[in-house]
Amino acid sequence: MKTPVSTAPINPAAPDLSPPHKYKQLAGWLVLFAVLIACSIRTDVTPYQLIVGLPQMGSLLQEMFPPDWSYLPTIWGPMMETVQIAILGTTLGGLLAIPVALLCASNLGISRFVSLPARMMLNLIRTIPDLLFAAIFVAVFGIGPFAGMLALVFFSFGLIAKLTFEAIEAIDPGPLEAMSAVGANRMQIIMFGVVPQALPYFMSYLLYTFEVNVRAASVLGLVGAGGIGLLLDRALGLFRYDRASIIVLLTLVIVLVIDYGSTIIRRKLL
Amino acid sequence: MIEFDKVSKVYPNGTVGLRNINLTIQEGELVVIVGLSGAGKSTFLRSINRLTDISEGEIRVNGKSVTRASGSQIRHIRRDIGMIFQSFNLIKRSTVIRNVLSGRVGYHSTLRTMLGWFPKEDVDLSLNALQRVNIREKAYIRADQLSGGQQQRVSIARALAQEARVILADEPVASLDPLTTRQVMDDLKRINRDMNITTVINLHFIDLAREYATRIVGLRAGEVVFDGTPEEATDEAFAEIYGRPVMQDELLGGA
Repeated sequence: MKTPVSTAPINPAAPDLSPPHKYKQLAGWLVLFAVLIACSIRTDVTPYQLIVGLPQMGSLLQEMFPPDWSYLPTIWGPMMETVQIAILGTTLGGLLAIPVALLCASNLGISRFVSLPARMMLNLIRTIPDLLFAAIFVAVFGIGPFAGMLALVFFSFGLIAKLTFEAIEAIDPGPLEAMSAVGANRMQIIMFGVVPQALPYFMSYLLYTFEVNVRAASVLGLVGAGGIGLLLDRALGLFRYDRASIIVLLTLVIVLVIDYGSTIIRRKLL
Repeated sequence: MIEFDKVSKVYPNGTVGLRNINLTIQEGELVVIVGLSGAGKSTFLRSINRLTDISEGEIRVNGKSVTRASGSQIRHIRRDIGMIFQSFNLIKRSTVIRNVLSGRVGYHSTLRTMLGWFPKEDVDLSLNALQRVNIREKAYIRADQLSGGQQQRVSIARALAQEARVILADEPVASLDPLTTRQVMDDLKRINRDMNITTVINLHFIDLAREYATRIVGLRAGEVVFDGTPEEATDEAFAEIYGRPVMQDELLGGA
């Protein structure tokens, strides 16, 4: 026999099963809108400017097309220089990051009097943008790729050390304990317990930073720190947008190739 | 020989780990420590190689004080004590042989071990250790490719490569199935008997304890409440240790 579906009113004592009201969510959205509008008014950044500027954007794009393909041989050299700056800067920064990451990690028995200042230094370095580093080093070491390379060393160092020490803090403590139990000293514990666990993460961060650095290196030239940025700056200054577009296109291709390659390698590592 | 002399351990939060333990474990014994979880089994075991510091008393291993040892002395003492963990604690991304060789680091300079220059004798020793637990053929594959039972045997081989005189095993079979449990316990028993290595094992299966131990020590709330032969460890004795009758899930079964 089929049980008839009850049509009796629900027991008034039953708990309220309707979804909660969305007042909080609504309030959140309203606050966000209010902040956006306030910022827009205070800084005089409005959609109006976008609409007025659009036709000019159109004409700029028109001038960029077709790209000046004959310029390609000229920019190939500086483009390679850009990639080389990125390789050197990333590698040196990554090497420097290893000892500092080990000092910062809280699970390796390093004194807080060492790890806290080390972390502070990392935070300080990471607040300085790479272009500012480049500008400073250009002032110190003169115009050229060395200043750009040095800027990337600092930038990579800050980023890789931070990510790596966080990866170290997340490793399995078991093998470290096992190494303590066989009578290993601290360096041996690090070499046998920490390095094998953290190395794949470190390599992955190194490659990621390299990707970021290739992009960063292509604008370092704007402050005279070598690479393709110098030519980009010159092309824009001379209103040669056809040349600027070929530079942008080549950069895009190089960045895509490097992104693709490093994604494959990183997937294999982790 | 392992000596506990009036040993107590109170954790910073006030939990009592060990309460006035006086105990001597002779060379070559296979002692199984039983008790409820929280009874202090792990604390007992880990205080022997000072992975856990004790609050009072003194522990001596082969006549040397573990409690009073300095940093380098304790590393020397630990070199002679192999430890086997419930979760194996292998370096999973490294090869089996490198895991076993890591038991040798206490014998060489920091620089030499950092560079991985282990002498040929060490490699032979490690391969022999793997042979002894029947996984010689797995030497050059990554540890994470092995099954749980095989990984635990690698950690036994690591203790053998240490040329340890004492082996401590903290719930060595708790993450293994019944069949591999017996294989691992058989390995531990054989090594204990053939090489006369003093072995202390924490177990919660009471039939395994009776089957493998030469001596059973029961802990309750940090105190030794039973110390006798497997024959003396009757169901009544276990009920006394546990403070309640023995339950079915405390038996591995299938003996």
